Amino acid sequence: MNIHEYQAKELLGRYGVKVPRGKIAFTPREAEEIAKEFLADGKNSACVVKAQIHAGGRGKAGGVKFAKTGEEARANAEALLGKVLVTHQTGPRGKEVKKVLVEEGCQIAKEYYLGVVVDRAHQRVCMMASSEGGVEIEEVASKNPGKILKEYVDPAVGLQAFSARNLSFGLSLDKALVNKAVKFMMGLYNAFVSLDCSMAEINPLVVTKDGEVMALDAKISFDDNGLFRHKDIEGMRDLDEEDPREVEASRYNLNYVSLDGNIGCMVNGAGLAMATMDIIKLYGGSPANFLDVGGGATKEQVTAAFKILMSDKNVRAVLVNIFGGIMRCDIIAEGIIEAAKDVGVKVPLVVRLQGTNVDRGRELLGRSGLNIISADKMDEAAEKVARAAKR
Amino acid sequence: MGIFVDRNTKVICQGITGEQGTFHTRQMVSYGTKMVGGVTPGKGGTDVDGIPVFNTVGEAKKRTGADASVIYVPAAFAADAIMEAIDAGISLVVCITEGIPVMDMIKVKRFLEGRPSRLIGPNCPGVITPEECKVGIMPGHIHKKGSIGVVSRSGTLTYEAVDQLTRLGLGQSTCVGIGGDPINGTNFIDVIGEFEKDPQTRAIVMIGEIGGSAEEEAAEFIRKNVKKPVIAYIAGVTAPKGRRMGHAGAIIAGGKGTADEKYAVLKEAGITTTKNPADIGKAVLEVLEKV
Repeated sequence: MNIHEYQAKELLGRYGVKVPRGKIAFTPREAEEIAKEFLADGKNSACVVKAQIHAGGRGKAGGVKFAKTGEEARANAEALLGKVLVTHQTGPRGKEVKKVLVEEGCQIAKEYYLGVVVDRAHQRVCMMASSEGGVEIEEVASKNPGKILKEYVDPAVGLQAFSARNLSFGLSLDKALVNKAVKFMMGLYNAFVSLDCSMAEINPLVVTKDGEVMALDAKISFDDNGLFRHKDIEGMRDLDEEDPREVEASRYNLNYVSLDGNIGCMVNGAGLAMATMDIIKLYGGSPANFLDVGGGATKEQVTAAFKILMSDKNVRAVLVNIFGGIMRCDIIAEGIIEAAKDVGVKVPLVVRLQGTNVDRGRELLGRSGLNIISADKMDEAAEKVARAAKR
Repeated sequence: MGIFVDRNTKVICQGITGEQGTFHTRQMVSYGTKMVGGVTPGKGGTDVDGIPVFNTVGEAKKRTGADASVIYVPAAFAADAIMEAIDAGISLVVCITEGIPVMDMIKVKRFLEGRPSRLIGPNCPGVITPEECKVGIMPGHIHKKGSIGVVSRSGTLTYEAVDQLTRLGLGQSTCVGIGGDPINGTNFIDVIGEFEKDPQTRAIVMIGEIGGSAEEEAAEFIRKNVKKPVIAYIAGVTAPKGRRMGHAGAIIAGGKGTADEKYAVLKEAGITTTKNPADIGKAVLEVLEKV
């Protein structure tokens, strides 16, 4: 699960990670008031108004604007709110801006990169730092891997100060700033572990002219498997940022990912679901989605899954591919029949069932009166559905 | 022979009194697995179909002499259950549970260091040596005793491959599901190394998927250490970048871990690959005919 920058900064602040003062605004008027408040004490000569969408590259797309007065902040917010921002991460359709973060400005002396990930090869949490701030880390990794410093953390003791010092001195930070940087890194690590994050990125991390170490931007993703421990974070989920069919699928605990093809797929198991997409492509078709109904799906889940597939206007044909282990083929058949009664089947439906209770499943479908193209093997099913979608 | 489990393996089930635990314990018993006990804290002294239930793994091991444990404990308590089994000295710990937080698994891996247990999974179908012992949730009837070793990150896709092999008359020595999580107990290399040593195994099927670099590391290992033929399939050629495809570990992160990259590395290491998941069995047959 992803959250917005303003939410990430609020969470990190709780762990002692230094972030600029900022507040969220839903209207131009709110933006103006916040800006006036920040500008009133005379500490800052400018504010920043930042579009809040779940995508990077906002600055380049015009989603970050500076304001020297409350009125300017209001005008900036007016320009951003309701606008569709297209960045290299949003795809061509872009994302609508529904709120802006108003922050106090700061005088940047230098920009850095700081990130925390779970390193799969080392099976540990890894903190990465680079003097190439403001640049995407993947780009640094491919062009200049030597510029990325890494510290792997022993989970038995957590991040130790010496590791944070290794990174800080490695970045050639002024020695007067090292303690502040260490405190920042320890806070970031503690937030990462305590909140079950899967990725945290501070890009850029800045050193200001008045000698502060601060997160100018912040991006956090969470391990979905850890969310049950953090009900407050679950509440930060912004459904506006997600595909409506994916939101609907998650209500039924189904794994669904939207794609841009025209063959809807319903499969049990993640590996088989990916293999099904691949074989559709191999036979000249194009999958509209990834959908894993799981190992022990109920009739209700199968019904919901089928309705989600049918709600995709691009879908010209559907392939159901089930290898029954724990999942019984008759349950799948009942779910399909139930859903077909409710929403109708307006496109060709290819069904391939194998495994537990396969005969009973096929019999149920056969007697249902539904117009089903049945297949015995996976390649046969893929060929039939690809042909049906082209008609 | 085969690897990890055989007809003499004595197995306990952690979470035996839960719905999944009871159901699969019965399935394992009917397959012929020696189920000698179960563990549910607070239910010690009761039984499931005559199989004694204990409060702790330590007690279960002492009383039954179990050498393997299969875990069906809910995700929130699974890391604790795995560590309890490791601490009790159970040599093979198979964790079926899906949805364990990554932070918990990082601690489990650290706990495993320097201890002799082997962990398989989590988020996996388990291990089966056909016609001898099944420790997990796979449908037993599709398997057949034979000489093909199968190792996979997936569940149902492995059943698909095994079904193809069996229909072609190619039985299996052992099938191991290593699971779909980013942090797991046993990797391709561990299993393939065992298959190489196992006299019953003649060829190895490796089923990978997008995400991480376990397949690439396995390719390097195979090139250096494995003489038996290896046939590989990687799922997710059509998977988009940055999206988690069901399995927590199946994600192309930062442009790394694509199926195309993995295929390229496998081919370079001289491994036979197929891009058609319906042809895994056929590919094995062709390789064996050449040998």
